[in-house]
Amino acid sequence: MSEKLNSKIPEGPLSEKWTRHKSQIRVVSPANKRKLDIIVVGTGLGGASAAAALGELGYNVKVFCISDSPRRAHSIAAQGGINAAKNYPNDNDSVHRLFYDTIKGGDYRSREGNVYRLAEVSNLIIDQCVAQGVPFAREYGGLLDNRSFGGSQVSRTFYARGQTGQQLLLGAYGALNRQINLGSVQSFTRREMLDVVLIDGEARGIIVRNLVTGEIERYGAHAVVIATGGYGNVFFLSTNAMNSNASSIWQCYKKGAFFGNPSFAQIHPTCIPVHGEQQSKLTLMSESLRNDGRIWVPKRKEDVEKLREKKILASQIAEEDRDYYLERRYPAFGNLVPRDVASRAAKERCDAGYGVNETGLAVFLDFKTSIERLGKKVIEERYGNLFQMYEKITDVNPYQEPMMIYPAIHYTMGGLWVDYNLQTTIPGLYAIGEANFSDHGGNRLGASALMQGLADGYFILPYTIGDSLAGKIQAPKTDVNHPAFEEAERAIKDKIERLLSIKGGESVDYFHKKLGHIMWDYVGMARNEKGLEKAITEIKALKDEFWKNLYIPGENRELNQELEKATRVADFLELGELMAMDALLRKESCGGHFREEMQTEDGETKRDDQNFMYVGCWEYAGKEAGNVVHKEPLKYEFVKIATRNYKD
Amino acid sequence: MDFTLKVWRQKSAKEKGSFHTYQIKDISPDTSFLEMLDILNDQLTRKGIDSVAVEKGCKSDGPVTFDHDCREGICGMCSLYINGRAHGPDNEITTCQLHMRKFKDGQTITIEPWRSAGMPVIKDLIVDRNALDKILQAGGYVSVNTGGVPDANTIPIPRDYAEESMDAAACVGCGACIATCKNGSAMLFVSARVSSLALLPQGRVEAARRVKAMVAKMDELGFGACTNTRACEMECPKSISVSHIARMNREFLLAKIKD
Repeated sequence: MSEKLNSKIPEGPLSEKWTRHKSQIRVVSPANKRKLDIIVVGTGLGGASAAAALGELGYNVKVFCISDSPRRAHSIAAQGGINAAKNYPNDNDSVHRLFYDTIKGGDYRSREGNVYRLAEVSNLIIDQCVAQGVPFAREYGGLLDNRSFGGSQVSRTFYARGQTGQQLLLGAYGALNRQINLGSVQSFTRREMLDVVLIDGEARGIIVRNLVTGEIERYGAHAVVIATGGYGNVFFLSTNAMNSNASSIWQCYKKGAFFGNPSFAQIHPTCIPVHGEQQSKLTLMSESLRNDGRIWVPKRKEDVEKLREKKILASQIAEEDRDYYLERRYPAFGNLVPRDVASRAAKERCDAGYGVNETGLAVFLDFKTSIERLGKKVIEERYGNLFQMYEKITDVNPYQEPMMIYPAIHYTMGGLWVDYNLQTTIPGLYAIGEANFSDHGGNRLGASALMQGLADGYFILPYTIGDSLAGKIQAPKTDVNHPAFEEAERAIKDKIERLLSIKGGESVDYFHKKLGHIMWDYVGMARNEKGLEKAITEIKALKDEFWKNLYIPGENRELNQELEKATRVADFLELGELMAMDALLRKESCGGHFREEMQTEDGETKRDDQNFMYVGCWEYAGKEAGNVVHKEPLKYEFVKIATRNYKD
Repeated sequence: MDFTLKVWRQKSAKEKGSFHTYQIKDISPDTSFLEMLDILNDQLTRKGIDSVAVEKGCKSDGPVTFDHDCREGICGMCSLYINGRAHGPDNEITTCQLHMRKFKDGQTITIEPWRSAGMPVIKDLIVDRNALDKILQAGGYVSVNTGGVPDANTIPIPRDYAEESMDAAACVGCGACIATCKNGSAMLFVSARVSSLALLPQGRVEAARRVKAMVAKMDELGFGACTNTRACEMECPKSISVSHIARMNREFLLAKIKD
């Protein structure tokens, strides 16, 4: 194990770790906070909440985003809800139950200490958001309403119609705006971070490209916080926004920050199926729909044929001829099994020839039973905007005919390795939210991404960052003319120059789509040794082709969207290879990582706790040595390790 | 499906723009409008201007630059004036949710940026919406610090109030209301935030201060006045009602009277 891999999980009973840790870490006095600069990159739930909270504390904060406003960050698209252990519905929820569900949902590949802390602060988040004026759904009595999400048997999900992410982000964006108005935070929009700058081994600034003018700019600080989200777009087609990318975390990795579990990607079971080659992105249909929607395919192949030829409608298939396969296979959790389980079950049915659209890659999500039970009005109140969204895209009315859905890449559990303080292996460099690897193990439960982003930003980082900044109160402001900045800037300019001068014959999207196909076919929902080896070879070849045959129109010193995409895809090509390497190394199935060689007789994941109960921590060891793996063993002191069971 | 596209091209904020005409073929009706522009851009990049341009000798301007991100109607990044309507010929959608099945085969489609003094063009179809951030920075929040807030269920809120607050909070900040308004007024955008917070007890505490600060910033940035044409409501992708403008006006009046 590398000596850098000290997780710093505090000693003591699970429920006292965070309290004890907070009492032991150092704090910075208000007068000294004013002297310290912090850079936050990204303005989603993690970045916006962190920047706001740090500004409130009195630090000088600079916050960067690639969009025209912090409010555009992709957290805004989260639909269903946010978990918290409030136990308002009196259904026996507790911090421990939320902790346990998350550890189990992650298939025992996350840290006990981190996950417990997440569950512990979850309640504070709901209080905070309500105080900010987030219009959560309420009962007629005026109190907050809850619903259920996958992988849990209680109702602990708070929501604001199908726009929970939007409302939480507007809350955090409001808090951020307040700090901008007060002058403690400076906001830089349409800026893309292209490198992190280290001085004496510590993160002391970033290099960004001004996306409007093309100018390269330098910013210095005493600490840098990365909150740039996940890397699902390595698959080209995903539910991520078009501009979501991995370049920030990838540059950190190339500068020495370790990357945890890169192969852990989540495939969401309920997305609108792919319609054709010209498609640019996939649209998610919220997991909350599984509260009232039932997933099925026909029992008989002849019905499948008729559906594909459009000779019958789904609604014409009799109840007894439908296979509600999740309810059949997982009676205890039914349609609310975790995402990885639901996705694989859909793939299994489609692979067996029961897919219900022309491509054979779709299953039904049906609200018939619920509409009969509750009436159309109630369903409309709960999911109206999602139903409208579905109809706009597909031209099918889901009140009359079931939705068609299929799994798609949605979230990445892997990310920059961080310790209990959310600090990466580079001192002064922090990673929060989806950008880090820490809380979700092999599979994230629904409504937990919003929880983690806000937990990290509001309630964890503002405490833990003080511990290292307390040692820097005498440190002068970072000099952006330091040779380290010069060198980083030159390297970026060279890279951009190189990309522009290739003048080959293919567009960025051509390479991105090709990479996406390789990733989906071999590093997607089902993986095996041969396929992963093939993926590595093919990605390498594609990377060579990219650097020989790419064509970017226009120049650097202007708004150039093709150039923006090119710098991102150049990084995706390297990251894709690392994901395949990590998946190849992990010869077990756990959570969303399904190695076909490792499955039970009934097709469930088969973990190998003897050999793989660790975090795969990758280090970039330079051009020659390339990617080197270290292992952080996972210890379970408080939870009894078991095979995940959603059947009974 | 085949289309003739008249697209606004403008190299930068300083230079003059003009319409360029392109022809695009074999588009599936299930393609989204932005995917259609992706296809146009791919042809402009890979095959060059002559593959699509109608006028001969037209100089290449490279791919058409336009804002977009989530492509599911929630981030508010995409804009575009399509055939004279913000977000195109369909109701309650953003441009990314518009599909080519809404057009006729062979139709000519005119594509322009938002045109409003408060949102100048940066390049081609991209405009600068920084002013919207500035208005919200002036007061579009509840002034609470992180931590030390009461339990979430301490204050019951009537469901109808919460629902109406949510109706207003659905604003995605795209700017369609401003682009549509003949006065270039930002009243619907501003009132959505003012109203959403004014409806909740948490937002009431500083409601007067908020509305004054936001209206003052809106006026300072040069947005026009409201003359009740309700065009903004018609074109709002989230169907935000002009009743929120009424609430803002009342809030503003009451706040001013108390001064």
